[in-house]
Amino acid sequence: MNFDILGSLPLIVIWLALGVVGIIIQAFVRSDSTRLVYGYYIGTLVTTGLLAAATISNQGTAFGGMVTLGGWAAVFDLLFCGAGVMAMLAAQAYLGRFNSELDEFYTMLVSSVAGMMLMAHARNLVVLFVGIELMSISFYIMAGFFRSRDKSLESAMKYFLLGAFATGFLVYGMALLYGATGTLDYSVMLKVIAAGTARFPVLLALGAVLLTIGLSFKIAAFPFHQWAPDVYEGAPTVVTAFMSTAGKAAAFSAFLAVFGVIMPMVKVASMTPTLQLVLAVISAATMLIGNITAVAQTNVKRMLAYSSVAHAGYMLMGIVAGTTFGQSAVVYYAFAYTFMQLGAFIIVGLLEREDETSLMISDYSGLYRKHGVFAAMMAVFMFSLAGIPPFAGFFGKYMLFYAAIESGFTWLTIVAVASSVISVWFYLGLIVKMYFSEPNPETHEANAGLAGISLAVCTVAVILLGIMPRIITGMLGN
Amino acid sequence: MNIQVILFSVFAIGAVASAIATISSRNPVASAMSLVAHFFMLAGLYLTLEAQFVAAVQVLVYAGAIMVLVVFVILLLNLGKEQQLAERGSVIRLTLGSFTAGLFALVIILALVASPTGLNHLAMNAVDIGTTEAIGQSLFTQYLFPFESVSLLLLAALIGAVILAKRSMKEGA
Amino acid sequence: MLGAYVPLIVMILIGVIFGVSNIVLAEWLGPRRSTRAKLSTYESGMEPVKSARERFTVKFYLVAMMFILFDIEIIFMYPWAVQFRELGMYGFTAMILFMVLLFAGYLYVVKKGALKWD
Repeated sequence: MNFDILGSLPLIVIWLALGVVGIIIQAFVRSDSTRLVYGYYIGTLVTTGLLAAATISNQGTAFGGMVTLGGWAAVFDLLFCGAGVMAMLAAQAYLGRFNSELDEFYTMLVSSVAGMMLMAHARNLVVLFVGIELMSISFYIMAGFFRSRDKSLESAMKYFLLGAFATGFLVYGMALLYGATGTLDYSVMLKVIAAGTARFPVLLALGAVLLTIGLSFKIAAFPFHQWAPDVYEGAPTVVTAFMSTAGKAAAFSAFLAVFGVIMPMVKVASMTPTLQLVLAVISAATMLIGNITAVAQTNVKRMLAYSSVAHAGYMLMGIVAGTTFGQSAVVYYAFAYTFMQLGAFIIVGLLEREDETSLMISDYSGLYRKHGVFAAMMAVFMFSLAGIPPFAGFFGKYMLFYAAIESGFTWLTIVAVASSVISVWFYLGLIVKMYFSEPNPETHEANAGLAGISLAVCTVAVILLGIMPRIITGMLGN
Repeated sequence: MNIQVILFSVFAIGAVASAIATISSRNPVASAMSLVAHFFMLAGLYLTLEAQFVAAVQVLVYAGAIMVLVVFVILLLNLGKEQQLAERGSVIRLTLGSFTAGLFALVIILALVASPTGLNHLAMNAVDIGTTEAIGQSLFTQYLFPFESVSLLLLAALIGAVILAKRSMKEGA
Repeated sequence: MLGAYVPLIVMILIGVIFGVSNIVLAEWLGPRRSTRAKLSTYESGMEPVKSARERFTVKFYLVAMMFILFDIEIIFMYPWAVQFRELGMYGFTAMILFMVLLFAGYLYVVKKGALKWD
């Protein structure tokens, strides 16, 4: 049995640290009076992240081909753990202000990270399914964490019902793929299809379509995006920050791995151009819908939610391209997007009041007078989200656009550029509001505390990734 | 036509009928009972496909445990007049719903028609795959990793249930 | 093969026929003279005071939820138990690892007082 113990350490460590040690510690301490669990889970994520970083070059498979080790999966691990730590740093004060801080929040956050890691590492549909469920269940609970607030509960409920529905599509697709190929392993499936021994081509195509639908739900792509604004608006802001970034990145990591199989798969049924075209249309519609709807929003959380839908559309371009360069563009953009969106949501959370007001765009007028640093950071994130150089968002879009043109989707790039121009309207609109409007006398005092560390990291990363875009691709050592 | 095909058809028709009864019944308790019938029909289907273990689990977990939850939810909601829940679907919803369902059925029928071999016989090794022994063997060798991951999934669900349903976490401990 | 299930099918058929025939026979043969007392809810001779449809507390649901989770855990033990000899020490270790997590969860539930009925 070939077993790469070093490479599988990140997975093993988070599994043991959460499932055994963490839960037992929690069983014996009070839920609201300790910093022990908080520190323990931050330590867990940091350790896992460092282990992942150390094993990037350690590529291979383990557990009988169930998971892949090192490579992109480890790079994604780093992203999930990093985003998890930043969300945890921001969460403590935020939950405290709402009088809802419980250790269990951090447990759920770490278990969602474990689920994401499974998704990124999966090389078998069963592992992918367990990972998606682990992440999603943790998210449902985190979204409904403010149990006394109707909005939070509504958000959890909607997310749960639609998420369960999406899981149905996903499992149905997996079952049909298994029926057609007789395997759940990505690489074996690829071989079966390449050899032309898959039994029912129509079931194969149907399975691929259902799997795509299920994953599209998770990344909130058109026409399966309707849940996103309501869920993102209703959930506690730190939860929104985390699930709209790391959660989306995780879904894309699964998308990348699965489409490595699905793309050649439908080639056999001579459907690759069709599927590529369908994905391209989904991508175009997603970014247009996301950006156009975002223009009309007055609530910052909702605006950012629609912008997150639009960014899923951009990232899909890399998958449509289907090239190696397209893949690295998606990974790069996942990083850039995580930092800018997470940072923006953390600031929204800091300015939010305990009665859930101060979330309107008009509340941000003249912000720079009272909170100069927040306004400056927010401006950086907005510039980056809009794709203005020299920030990370610009370079990410450049890579995605290039990948799409390279594989002949010039029209998609034109749509993407057009929708980026639309997005400038509301991103810069917020900046104009913050800097060139009369200050809102009701802007309340906000103290960054530990969240300041996350914000600093996000800002530095957004600028650094923009100046030195090779950091991410360089991690693989090529 | 062998006995397997006949039994399969009986269970399949029963499953579809009980599923329709579940969604069309105005009385939530009647819906729940139709659902139990549906779960049993599915268990029968699994049996005709030589998946004994899955059939047993279907009865134990779904018809047993999951149904307890469903009935508890009916108790929790305290519907009073049972008719209140059964909101009749609007014409648009009904049309769209049947259109989608019809489309899906069409695709599956197409798939069956296009299949090169008939689908009315089981794979040669189906009998061996479905046994508890075979499942135990592959669960603890080939599928060991997902199996251990499931423990984390169950754990997350357990803690989530406690957080959401326990009235006050702060008084506990 | 399916032949092994013939006794089971016969059993189920007999059960169904017995149940249905009893209800139908009672319906046919029994005299029907409804009185007020007969039609009221049976409460062991007590006067029914109010509707039985009361809102139940969420605690029932919590217990049922935990029951399901541990039920699923037990389900996983069946195939292991059947293959216990063949899997040997290796399977035993794997099962112990699985159980340790669920046991930690159980410890958590007990310590947090989630099973307390207060």
